[in-house]
Amino acid sequence: MRKVWDFHGGIHPAENKYQSLHTPIRQAGIPAQLTYPLSQHIGAPAKPIVEVGQQVLKGEMIARADGFVSVPVHASTSGTIVAIEERMVAHPSGLPAPCIVLESDGRDQWVELRGIDDYHQLDKPALLEIIRQAGIAGMGGAGFPAAVKLGVNPQAGKIETLVINGTECEPYITADDILMRERADEIIGGTRILQHLVEPTETLLGIEDNKPEAIAALLAAAQGTDVEIVVIPTKYPSGGERQLIEILSGKQVPSGGLPANIGVVCLNIGTALAIYRAVTHGEPLISRITTVTGEALEQPQNFEVLLGSPMRFLLDQAGFQAERSTRLVMGGPMMGFTVMDDEAPIVNTTNCLLAPTETELPPPSPTQACIRCGLCADACPASLLPQQLYWFAVGKEYEKLENHKLFDCIECGACSFVCPSSIPLVQYYRASKAEVLQARKDLAKSDHARLRYEARDERLERESLEKEAKRKARKEAAEERARQAAAAGNEAEADPIQAAIDRARAKKAAAQQAASDQPPTGETPPADAAQLAIAKAMAARATNSGQSPLEKAEAKLKRLRERLANSETKLQQSQAADADDTIINALQSALEKLRPKLAEAERELASLQEQNEA
Amino acid sequence: MYELIAQYPFLAALVALVGMGLCFGALLGFAAEKFKTEGNPISEQINAILPQTQCGQCGYPGCRPYSDAIASGDAAINRCPPGGEATIAQLAILLDVEAIPLDEEHGEEEQAAIVAYIREDECIGCTKCILACPVDAILGAAKQMHTVIVSECTGCDLCVEPCPVDCIDLLSEETTVQSWHWDLPPPTIIATDRESSLADEEKAA
Repeated sequence: MRKVWDFHGGIHPAENKYQSLHTPIRQAGIPAQLTYPLSQHIGAPAKPIVEVGQQVLKGEMIARADGFVSVPVHASTSGTIVAIEERMVAHPSGLPAPCIVLESDGRDQWVELRGIDDYHQLDKPALLEIIRQAGIAGMGGAGFPAAVKLGVNPQAGKIETLVINGTECEPYITADDILMRERADEIIGGTRILQHLVEPTETLLGIEDNKPEAIAALLAAAQGTDVEIVVIPTKYPSGGERQLIEILSGKQVPSGGLPANIGVVCLNIGTALAIYRAVTHGEPLISRITTVTGEALEQPQNFEVLLGSPMRFLLDQAGFQAERSTRLVMGGPMMGFTVMDDEAPIVNTTNCLLAPTETELPPPSPTQACIRCGLCADACPASLLPQQLYWFAVGKEYEKLENHKLFDCIECGACSFVCPSSIPLVQYYRASKAEVLQARKDLAKSDHARLRYEARDERLERESLEKEAKRKARKEAAEERARQAAAAGNEAEADPIQAAIDRARAKKAAAQQAASDQPPTGETPPADAAQLAIAKAMAARATNSGQSPLEKAEAKLKRLRERLANSETKLQQSQAADADDTIINALQSALEKLRPKLAEAERELASLQEQNEA
Repeated sequence: MYELIAQYPFLAALVALVGMGLCFGALLGFAAEKFKTEGNPISEQINAILPQTQCGQCGYPGCRPYSDAIASGDAAINRCPPGGEATIAQLAILLDVEAIPLDEEHGEEEQAAIVAYIREDECIGCTKCILACPVDAILGAAKQMHTVIVSECTGCDLCVEPCPVDCIDLLSEETTVQSWHWDLPPPTIIATDRESSLADEEKAA
């Protein structure tokens, strides 16, 4: 007989397990509609790979893993995808979450499955990949992806002990118990695959002594293997990973560490079975055993249910009496939570549905003041000081909470159970944990924002310096050119303005020369357009000087009208000729500008005429 | 040597003290140069507490200038609305001063985290918000649609004002199953107080 250790604290609540153990596992069948939440576990939600209206077969992947700590989702029966939208899920918040909704066709047609006859042929990464692709997340409680747990980082050292958790310590729940009774062979088979994968020196399957039938079945199945069945005394919460490891090995998982740090890896028997089916039969994780129990049911029992089935589907089969039930709890009475909607789907962590009557699970009595009795500290399986944590949580002293190892709390509820003042201690710890995590997240975000702000400041400064440097370089280059020109002795080039003036003068002189050379014929020579324009303007001014303002205005109006007509014909021509858009636009805008000018001129003329008449 | 000291005790003492003074002075001067602290360590610590929204509601162009101002004693510690009471409490502990209530003149404390969203089909691509963003969290180019990189946005609202078509909204993040968490249970009231609180409630009703 192997020596077993004890862990600190723990409680002995009424077990209430016999109610659901009268009958063997019953197949729940196929519901009309199944709902698959994309996030069924800790880690990143899966990404849908199907579309609405698509036909899928049983076992087909409908959402792929997105990231390392993530698992894919598979269809648990054949049918049609009818929606990918937010639906009610089983979550303490009662909030909807993104889901894939499948309408079953009733044929339950499998995809082609490829099991592996001899897994010894496979190397570890290939085996891990099979487990990952089968969508196996821990069936115990938190739903941690199994492949991540098994693919432990090498620096954690060799795994000495493989622990299979068959404890099932929470009251009412018998899903693991009945699974061990009926399918011990497959559980041991899964354990042997895990042995091949982890290569531990010892393999221990821990089971509480309140399950004699399951112990007998496991002992028979483990005959001839090196899987050791270790029977431990019944105590809540010995099924907690850390507690079970301490019971079996006497070693404590360090605070904030993982079991791998002390050379242990721990998996649930349901996970072992799912791994067995995934490797040898190629079946993904699409069903589980769920205990449906409570006094509001006529026949409490265990169902093998397709994941995604609505809770209502199971409750109806167990003879649910809505008038006797006060609430529906997913999980056990200690760690479970109230489900708001019984249409929420069964997921891979739904080990129990509890429909209690009011007398069975009365609503919590009113909270009273803490009397500092210290019972909670005696009961705490993590050796914490629940009372101290409670005061810090009330006072929002987050630093002290962390120093008192709030994050080692497994939220088992033992402290609340023993509290004579019925203080909801676990809720304080859950809220405080969330606050501390939020504060950490905020700090990380503000650090990130600071870096970005500093980077932007640096960039702006660099840009302005660069601009300044460029301007300076240009200026220097210009000065340099001027100096070089001066050195070459070319005065004109040294000063571009002077040079331009000189050029203009020379031109003018040449034009005058030409004009005086030609005999005066009354016509200005067409050779020089500028000269022509000047002559025209001078002529116009000469005629203008003799005109009255009225005549001037009339002349202006006439000119404007001519220009307008000119522009319009040009526009028509270019439109007819399919000219470039920019040209047409330019002409149009010119027209637009001309029109107000014309109106202005007309007004001016009218006012002048009035003046004249007056 | 001994005789000389015995003969002029006053002078000897003076020489000894001045000599020691010079030695230590030189040592201190050297140490001050050698182990000089870069920047202002107090300002660094204050800046680490500030929420880094870079919103400028305090009247300074960013968190760093505000932390410099606090460190030099020019600004009070209660001018940061995004940080709110929590930041004021932390600053008060760091600087060992009295925690004072938030100065309402600089804005009110937001309860939920907010993030800017651009209504993208209304955006005209003017780049004004991009220039205003203190953390480069807006993506876009001239005459192209802009969008906010939500994970980088600090919710400072500096982009809202320059937008010529008012297409930027500040939205608080929605609670999802992932972000939801348990709340603290309602505070317990002892029996004698419970009666009076019930009476208060009735009065209010």
